[in-house]
Amino acid sequence: MSANTAVAAKYRNNFLKEIEEQVEMGDWVKMCMQCGVCSGSCPTNFQGAWEHPPQELFMMIRAGKREEVLTTSSMWNCTSCYNCIVRCPRKLPITHIMHGIAEYAHRLGMAPKLQPTRFFSGLFWKNATKTGRVNELKLSMGLYFKDGFVQGIKNGMAMQAVALGLVKAKRLNVMELFGGHKCKDQKGIQAMLKKAYEIERSRKTARIAG
Amino acid sequence: MADIKVAAYICKGCGLGERLDTDALVKVAQKDGKVPLAKSHDFLCNADGVAMIRNDIANEGVTHVMIGACSRRAKTEAFFFPENAVARANLREGVIWIRPDTEEARETTQEMAEDYIRMGCAEVKAMTAPGGNANTGSSKTLLVVGGGVTGMTTAIEASKTGYPVVLVEKSGALGGWAGKLYKRVPVHEPYKSPMDTGVADLASQVMGDSNIKLYLNATVAKTDGAPGRFVVDIATESGATHTEDIGAIVQATGFTLYDMNKLPELGGGQSPNVVDQAGLEALATAAAAGDGVIRRPSDGQPVKSVVFVQCAGQRDTTGQHLSYCSGFCCNASIKQAMYFKDANPAVDTTIIYTDLRTPGNGEDFYRSAQEKGVVFTKGRVAQVLPNGATSTVKFHDLILDDADAAMADVDLVVLATGQVANSGVNIETLTKPQVEGQEGEPQAAATVEVKPISILNLSYRQGPDVPQLKQGFTDSHFICFPYETRRTGIYTAGPVRRPMDIAQAREDATGAALKAIQALENAELGRAAHPRSGDLSFPKVRLEGCTQCKRCTVECPFGAIDEDEKRFPVFNESRCRRCGTCMGACPVRVISFENYSVNTVGAQIKAVDIPDEFSEKPRILILACENDAYPALDMAGMNRNEYSAFVRIIPIRCLGSVNTIWITDALNAGYDGVMLMGCKSGDEYQCHFVKGSELGRVRMSKIDDTLKTLNLESERVRDLEVAITDIQRVPEMIDKYAAELVAVGPSPFKGF
Repeated sequence: MSANTAVAAKYRNNFLKEIEEQVEMGDWVKMCMQCGVCSGSCPTNFQGAWEHPPQELFMMIRAGKREEVLTTSSMWNCTSCYNCIVRCPRKLPITHIMHGIAEYAHRLGMAPKLQPTRFFSGLFWKNATKTGRVNELKLSMGLYFKDGFVQGIKNGMAMQAVALGLVKAKRLNVMELFGGHKCKDQKGIQAMLKKAYEIERSRKTARIAG
Repeated sequence: MADIKVAAYICKGCGLGERLDTDALVKVAQKDGKVPLAKSHDFLCNADGVAMIRNDIANEGVTHVMIGACSRRAKTEAFFFPENAVARANLREGVIWIRPDTEEARETTQEMAEDYIRMGCAEVKAMTAPGGNANTGSSKTLLVVGGGVTGMTTAIEASKTGYPVVLVEKSGALGGWAGKLYKRVPVHEPYKSPMDTGVADLASQVMGDSNIKLYLNATVAKTDGAPGRFVVDIATESGATHTEDIGAIVQATGFTLYDMNKLPELGGGQSPNVVDQAGLEALATAAAAGDGVIRRPSDGQPVKSVVFVQCAGQRDTTGQHLSYCSGFCCNASIKQAMYFKDANPAVDTTIIYTDLRTPGNGEDFYRSAQEKGVVFTKGRVAQVLPNGATSTVKFHDLILDDADAAMADVDLVVLATGQVANSGVNIETLTKPQVEGQEGEPQAAATVEVKPISILNLSYRQGPDVPQLKQGFTDSHFICFPYETRRTGIYTAGPVRRPMDIAQAREDATGAALKAIQALENAELGRAAHPRSGDLSFPKVRLEGCTQCKRCTVECPFGAIDEDEKRFPVFNESRCRRCGTCMGACPVRVISFENYSVNTVGAQIKAVDIPDEFSEKPRILILACENDAYPALDMAGMNRNEYSAFVRIIPIRCLGSVNTIWITDALNAGYDGVMLMGCKSGDEYQCHFVKGSELGRVRMSKIDDTLKTLNLESERVRDLEVAITDIQRVPEMIDKYAAELVAVGPSPFKGF
């Protein structure tokens, strides 16, 4: 039994309870009163950019639509502008809940693989934790080739002038492609991250246990 | 009329002296008004001016006083001469404040003032000082019908005020609907959990109050009389009848839940596991007496999932069920969901609503329910399908726009069905003539079925119960006068008046108790109840001229007039509100008030000086309702909103009191046009006498025939709806009409 089906079985379709336990700030979902101010305030939600705006996501969670919620790209559109939190008459931490649901969907492996935000986040995390420093050249190159090799070349050509400008201004070092600069104590960084994962896991276990 | 002496007083204050030639006005009063004593004063409403009038009354034998100063609505305390007939000529709000202060306007302004003096003098001569109704009773006892929260609160509040109460309750116990509740919606901080109903406390207060006489298992068999002197027969279960003398009545007969059996598509009556809110209260009470677990009625298994269906049979647009929102049921369902959650948080509770309406501090209560885990789903329930011990609830999810949303395996479904007023017999259907073979017709139009058992059994000519306003509720004036019904001295409170919860009902009960006390005190003094509170005049009838046409007895909006065995009208003055609708209705003009009659208004109309047709000075008569239109005109003056100098305004008690003879007289006398200003009538009426303006308009709709016989254009009479807020609009309407009349041309009746 995969981790995914195990959780679903445990909650017997009661998706709201699952969200309350597994998602950071998930216990706020029940407090939504469906006024829609969050959806109307969201600067990235024009022309129906969000398949399911926050208020609708909350309703779907209550309606037990587990599959739809966890596979949607909607909450990945959040840019943390905090407009919704400021305006929510029920004081729901909507931004945090959006990130919480996204993180949970990612954890379960249900989030859309090539959703740009998710893809970039993964790329960034790998990039930053590997050496303890962000390698900007590798990061942007990785993003260019997200949709395949041909598209990657096209993206690179399109950004050619910008890249050359950056090189001229000594803001970009082509040699970074081969290794690049690193943190002094790489082992220390890895150990620190491992500890952080451990703490997070134990806290979650404690919360679920009650 | 030898024993009357009229005096006219013209005030020069408030700029009247500067804007008008007051010496000329005094002369007009003497010459045209034929007043033996006419004076002017620099400041009539001050102590000196009033002393002058009092001195003339005491020493000069003045019986009738005409005051030419401000509007009759101003300075009523200074110009208070209860022993005398008093008329007021409105020179301030009605003349100088609505006219420009220019040299060219001076002539028409002066003419206006002179006409108002002539009218005032003519009016006061046709008046006598009102003496007050002598046919009064002095019972101070309040009858409260209904022993629920509203009835008990009314009784306790009235008793605390020092008035004895007779409380009649149909069932064997006090408490009514609230007595069947397990708990009630909280009314105190922090508004988080259901609280005790408090019914037991109210009941013990009633029982322990020696001022309250309680009849249980009793009904009102007959109500006779009028405020201050009602005689009420109370029938008890044993068959004995007790007669009580009553001053005023509060009807607090509450409501019945809308019958869920009319909602088979929502599972009503289809399964024991589909209940209404009363059914759930019974289950919760039974659970509290046992182990605290609410059980499924069909097999006694603990309820694990419950769905509340809001607006069941309410806010219906198809015409089959209740069209209104009962207002209390959202909070009630939240409370009932908490019965489950507070006992066991694992029970799934879902409230399916279209609009959650939580008045009062219900918003906090709603939030508390969300914190407790009650799930709120915005949707419209289409079907409840019972299947064995559980049900499937099919609904349209309005947020996700999912028309096929469903919840399966629901143990219990609760329908929030709403309140239907226990208002007794609908007398409208009684009075409608029933044509043979079409008997079903009026019933089919009524959407709400009302129990056909009379509650008050009034011996009134117009029917045994108080009239209903909308949907069977017994409210009367929905804007200005809550608690009032169209039966003077009878007040309704609680859900019989409009849908409401316990907190609102208790407030309502207190208000109604105080209103009822006012009514019986006024009745004892022979004075009117609202809106002419304190009025001592009352309708007098010359029966020798009566043709027994019954118009007055049928049309009286307050059922004040009965008929004797010879079908002559019998006036019950204490029931009368002094609107004058009977006076307007009477074709032979035998009904009048001491200070308001066909003559007082007719004399004013005839007193106006009508210039000839070549003068280009038309004359327009305005009959303005004293409740809304006349104050609006006064306020237009206060705001200096100018209007035509060619109008002559006469305040009337109600559009219903307008007798068509006034209009015929005015047109015959050479007026170019007549404007009638009354309150809005119809369903959204604003008439202070409920039906007055409507009846007035029905009569006026036939004025075209009169115009035709006079060979006049239909534009000569204009019927207008004026609200008290029309301060800008009224002057515009007047000027527009004046301009239209110029196009029609002068009346051909001038100079005859």
